[in-house]
Amino acid sequence: MSLDQLNLKIVFGGGLELLFSNQRSHNISIPSRVNSKLYNGETTTTEEQNIKSFSRRPGILVLINDTDWELEGEGDYVLNDGDEIVLISTLHGG
Amino acid sequence: MPARSCALCNKANAILKRPKTGQQICKQCFFIVFETEVHNTITNANLFKPGDRVAIGASGGKDSTVLAYVMKTLNDRYNYGLQLYLLSIDEGITGYRDDSLETVKRNQTQYDLPLKILSYDELYGWTMDRIVEQIGKKNNCTFCGVFRRQALDRGASMLNVDHIVTGHNADDIAETVLMNIMRGDIARLGRCTLICTQGEDTIKRSKPFKYTYEKEIVMYAYFKKLDYFSTECIYSPDAYRGHARAFLKDLEAARPSAIIDIIHSGEAFEVAEEIKLKDQRTCTRCGYISSNELCKACALLEGLERGIAGMGVNQYHLDNLKQYRRESIAQH
Repeated sequence: MSLDQLNLKIVFGGGLELLFSNQRSHNISIPSRVNSKLYNGETTTTEEQNIKSFSRRPGILVLINDTDWELEGEGDYVLNDGDEIVLISTLHGG
Repeated sequence: MPARSCALCNKANAILKRPKTGQQICKQCFFIVFETEVHNTITNANLFKPGDRVAIGASGGKDSTVLAYVMKTLNDRYNYGLQLYLLSIDEGITGYRDDSLETVKRNQTQYDLPLKILSYDELYGWTMDRIVEQIGKKNNCTFCGVFRRQALDRGASMLNVDHIVTGHNADDIAETVLMNIMRGDIARLGRCTLICTQGEDTIKRSKPFKYTYEKEIVMYAYFKKLDYFSTECIYSPDAYRGHARAFLKDLEAARPSAIIDIIHSGEAFEVAEEIKLKDQRTCTRCGYISSNELCKACALLEGLERGIAGMGVNQYHLDNLKQYRRESIAQH
């Protein structure tokens, strides 16, 4: 992959959007070299630590382009430009 | 990564890994197995008979929203012959229940089901906002739990229904099994895995999602684009359940069958039959079925009205304790 930037769409649901000013959908760009994986246990920057601890929180469902991330290798999935990542909390009351 | 095809139809791309079986399945097959499993749960337990009037306890949250949608779908598909209603309780919690009730009102239109909303204010003359104002956040869940149970029963008799169904899912039941073990609440441990219970009154309560994983409920709502509301109750950081929940989710991550396994464990415990309940009478204050002079809700209300809320709570816990001792003595 030669792009410098990855453009991603991140969507929060199931109550997680409350952590982001109640905005569900976010378009973001990230440097492609630093963070080409959704979850990389070996990186140590603060931002990725957050992602790391986040990815470990069971009870939050992740979909990559509308597919359960468990079918995509979970944290080993390598992000592509234009991917849509949906994060849904199951932890809120029903 | 190449797209995998569905383990059931071998045609479409898989979009979901089932926690129960590990199978990778496509969207259409997921809808079908999800609905069919609930149908099988309902028919295996003989939950309903044609002509039953059934209220769906609807909070606007994910579980009850999916339950309303699936009950409506199955009733039409398999000709259960049920008359379905949505029944919601307004606890009077500003910024929480008022918003979620808006969701239920939309569901009423979307699913074309009659809706009955009953408020603590009209039933008891108190909203949870005012109760918390008076007694603080500690213990307020005791009030809310007792009030809600009675409110659902009263709503059910107003609708003249035979049966209330609730959205409790497999994860909820496994959590409750764990909590009852950790608290040593053997009487509740015996009851909490039952799919259908009948309390002091004649109205049955059941849980068609008893074997349905939370993950699949949320995925179903997502792929069907169902309209639901999700915020935690502002008064209830139910800490104990929170720990059980976090523990269960960790177990599930290591072994997805843990949830069903725990439910089966709960079912397999041989809990000595409960002793005969105290003679039923009616509450001298409100006429509700009660085993004491005052029903639990009225005992709590008396404390609130006298401005000594602690009394109601203590009396309630004292009664529970007495009942528990009676049961323990009877069993040994």
